[in-house]
Amino acid sequence: MKLAYWMYAGPAHIGTLRIASSFKNVHAIMHAPLGDDYFNVMRSMLERKRDFTAVTASVVDRHVLARGSQEKVVNNISRKDKEEKPDLVVLTPTCTSSILQEDLQNFVNRASIETQADVLLADVNHYRVNEMQAADRTLEQIVQFYIKKAKKKKELDTTKTLEPSVNIIGSFNLAFHNQHDIAELKRLMSDLNIKINSIIPEGASVQELKNLPKAWFNIVPYREIGLLTAEYLKDEFDMPFIDTTPMGVVETANCIRKIQYILNQNNLDVNFEKYIDIQTRFVSQSAWFSRSIDCQNLTGKKAIVFGDSTHAVAMTKILTREMGIHVVWAGTYCKYDKSWFQKEVGDLCDEIVITDDHNLIGDLIAKVEPAVIFGTQMERHVAKRLNIPCGVISAPVHIQNFPLSYRPFLGYEGANQIADLIYNSFTLGMEDHLLEIFGGHDTKEVLSAGLSIDSKDSQIEWNLESQAELVKIPGFIRGKIKRNTEKFAQEQKMETITLEVMYAAKEAAS
Amino acid sequence: MTLVKQVGNEDLKEEINFECETGNYHTFCPISCVAWLYQKIEDSFFLVIGTKTCGYFLQNALGVMIFAEPRYAMAELEEGDISAQLSDYEELKRLCLQVKRDRNPSVIFWIGTCTTEIIKMDLEGIAPKLEVEINLPIVVARANGLDYAFTQGEDTVLAALAQRPNSKQSKNIELKTTSDENSIEHLPLILFGSIPDPVVNQLTLELKKQGIHVSGWLPSKRYTDLPLINEGNYVCGVNPYLSRTATTLMRRRKCKLIGAPFPIGPDGTRAWLEKICMVFGVEPKGLQKREDEVWEKLKYYISLIDGKSVFFMGDNLLEISLARFLIKSGMIVFEIGIPYMDKRYQGAELQLLQKTCKEKNIPIPIIIEKPDNYNQVDRIRDMRPDLVITGMAHANPLEARGINTKWSVEFTFAQIHGFTNAIDVLELVTRPLRRNQKLEKVGSQRYTDRR
Ligand code: SF4
Repeated sequence: MKLAYWMYAGPAHIGTLRIASSFKNVHAIMHAPLGDDYFNVMRSMLERKRDFTAVTASVVDRHVLARGSQEKVVNNISRKDKEEKPDLVVLTPTCTSSILQEDLQNFVNRASIETQADVLLADVNHYRVNEMQAADRTLEQIVQFYIKKAKKKKELDTTKTLEPSVNIIGSFNLAFHNQHDIAELKRLMSDLNIKINSIIPEGASVQELKNLPKAWFNIVPYREIGLLTAEYLKDEFDMPFIDTTPMGVVETANCIRKIQYILNQNNLDVNFEKYIDIQTRFVSQSAWFSRSIDCQNLTGKKAIVFGDSTHAVAMTKILTREMGIHVVWAGTYCKYDKSWFQKEVGDLCDEIVITDDHNLIGDLIAKVEPAVIFGTQMERHVAKRLNIPCGVISAPVHIQNFPLSYRPFLGYEGANQIADLIYNSFTLGMEDHLLEIFGGHDTKEVLSAGLSIDSKDSQIEWNLESQAELVKIPGFIRGKIKRNTEKFAQEQKMETITLEVMYAAKEAAS
Repeated sequence: MTLVKQVGNEDLKEEINFECETGNYHTFCPISCVAWLYQKIEDSFFLVIGTKTCGYFLQNALGVMIFAEPRYAMAELEEGDISAQLSDYEELKRLCLQVKRDRNPSVIFWIGTCTTEIIKMDLEGIAPKLEVEINLPIVVARANGLDYAFTQGEDTVLAALAQRPNSKQSKNIELKTTSDENSIEHLPLILFGSIPDPVVNQLTLELKKQGIHVSGWLPSKRYTDLPLINEGNYVCGVNPYLSRTATTLMRRRKCKLIGAPFPIGPDGTRAWLEKICMVFGVEPKGLQKREDEVWEKLKYYISLIDGKSVFFMGDNLLEISLARFLIKSGMIVFEIGIPYMDKRYQGAELQLLQKTCKEKNIPIPIIIEKPDNYNQVDRIRDMRPDLVITGMAHANPLEARGINTKWSVEFTFAQIHGFTNAIDVLELVTRPLRRNQKLEKVGSQRYTDRR
């Protein structure tokens, strides 16, 4: 057992559900107790989705515990098949099914005899993998299934497209600024004259998966989800893939050079150096910004970085190589990705921290007292408590990390956004600091005597209970309530304010 | 059984139409009760013994509360715990000692989950032993998703509290206010249900005006202030989802349950007060006037909803009381979905619903237990109600289809009890209508092409 208050990565089934519900016309059925469909709330709230999330539960209750869930699962699958006519139903195990040890595969086999839809059992174990690993695996599983199916039906066409083309593996729901990132990647590809063959899984239909091998190569922008699929396609069809995250101007250039290399290998004579140069110098502002005087002031400032491996690595690289900021330590909660992380940023920071214990992270932040933090929502709150500015660069995320306006982290526009994020974090911190020094902050005490009416000559008294009650009222309206109550008491010619008077005043005012 | 007045279950069955669907509906897991109970019981600590799934739910459902150093934590079960390689006793002892050291609570609540049920972890057996060893009370409540929905979590916790024998510390708390001259002699009355402290005070004062003294509340503000509960005491619930607590108080503690409608809405509050008065042989004073005054204040809101229709998808068991109040306010209720219906505990509330419908001359809405959300959405499409009260999973998709929705969970967290807060209920109910009226000029009502 482990005492835990907060976790960075969710349970495995969340990963599977994210993949399944990203595809078009795929329905996921969770084998879970009532209440585990909280995923639907998250998707509907955070992403403000207009459509019903295609996730339902085959509910595990007492009855199921006693008798097994065989009939129920099979019935639920065929019911969904009729109601929604999905292309694919993904049966999703949860922590509960992990310990019930029912033969879910058998249910899937039985159900798929009757259904029009394909039926798959997500191959994830709650106790072995987390959200990201499960998502990675589920995506690979679905891709593999449809490639094999096409092969069997002899519908697999592996001839390459005439013009250079790419698959983008890495668009999904509930991911950090993902929609904007994908839009930016599309723009980059079109600048480079590369056609998009497929973008998976968000918005893709499973029918188009058999066309994946037609692309010249694959891009996996985030290493948490998509690498397994890219590796599978490489093994199976010898498709090269690029796993360099185009985040920051340097890495974006590296990514483009890798694309150039692949195209050259395919006897296409392209040279993107000019493009990179123009983008870096004129289109993106961030390279020039690093040169400007403002940014000089950031030199050597202390920062710490924490997040998933993709974003934490990219951010560390940007801070050190593009802005001259001193990263005291960089870390990730993707523990399984430790060696890659070390390899990427080992030289760019003083220390590396690999942990999923937020308490440890909090302590380490307090110890270092950096000028700025780049982390997840959890670090944002630690930062608040310690009065250190913080930029959020990675999941886990809140609703404010799903902005309506265009905010990519990838590509040249992404570099601009990140530069703003970094700079704003620092100046805010600086301003705050100056204000402190010159005593410029507003007083936080709202309940000052002068605010209540005629406080000096007022005869009105608050008895103990009403005082206690008053203190419970949130600070920002307390003053108003105090004034209203006193006014009310005065009008009623009362001398002591009791609880009764308070509530009567509230009623009179409403 | 010592139910004070047997409700006429037989008549009800004839007139109210109860149905039961598949139970495929969205609701919160009952462990969410931790969120409001740890705030209510100030010296408590809640340890949820479960998996990452439970933790993920709490972390996301509780939102910003998580960052406020809450007095709750997960005891996250790992593979070794499941395969019984580790001793549950030793593991729990280790964690509880850590909690005791870091937070020094007066009580630790263990919240059992689906996993502890399935692997049959003997929490009730371990707790008394460990309690002695670490010298700290441990209360076990099994609030899992296999058996219960959302607010029923509170019911399991309060039922567990009700089972604890009176301790030395238990006392009759008095709310000291103005003179007690009009108070009457009566057997002790204990109210049960977790509501915010201001609302506790408000309801206590309402009873006081009738000369009735509240001896204590379950739960109290602090665990160490739990009320004395003795045989023959009267008890009365303030929330519709507390049927196990009621049963425990009756069977285990030999208390007499006052079966009343719940104090939600001015009509409910008055009926609740009157019922308690009746039991104690008190002639209620000034309630008609008080109720009329509240209705007068609600006029503006009522003008917005009068004649409008509402559909409860059902997820928190407040549905019957809310529907009854809204009907009284002039709305037409199409369907009352509800996770679980205790016709006995909610008997008086059902009767009031029936009476209200008669008075308003409208048919009694159908009550659907264990609803099926998919079928409900179909019915909503057909009926096109003016307002759907539903969970967040369905709210945005319905809004995109031009249907006004109100998020049901807000009723659980807002102050809705008593005369004073009636206005807050209507404030919530009318908010989508007021908002969408204002937005009419922006454009279309429908924001999706899909069905
Ligand atoms: S339904 Fe069960 S497994 Fe899921 S969060 Fe609730 S207690 Fe945990």
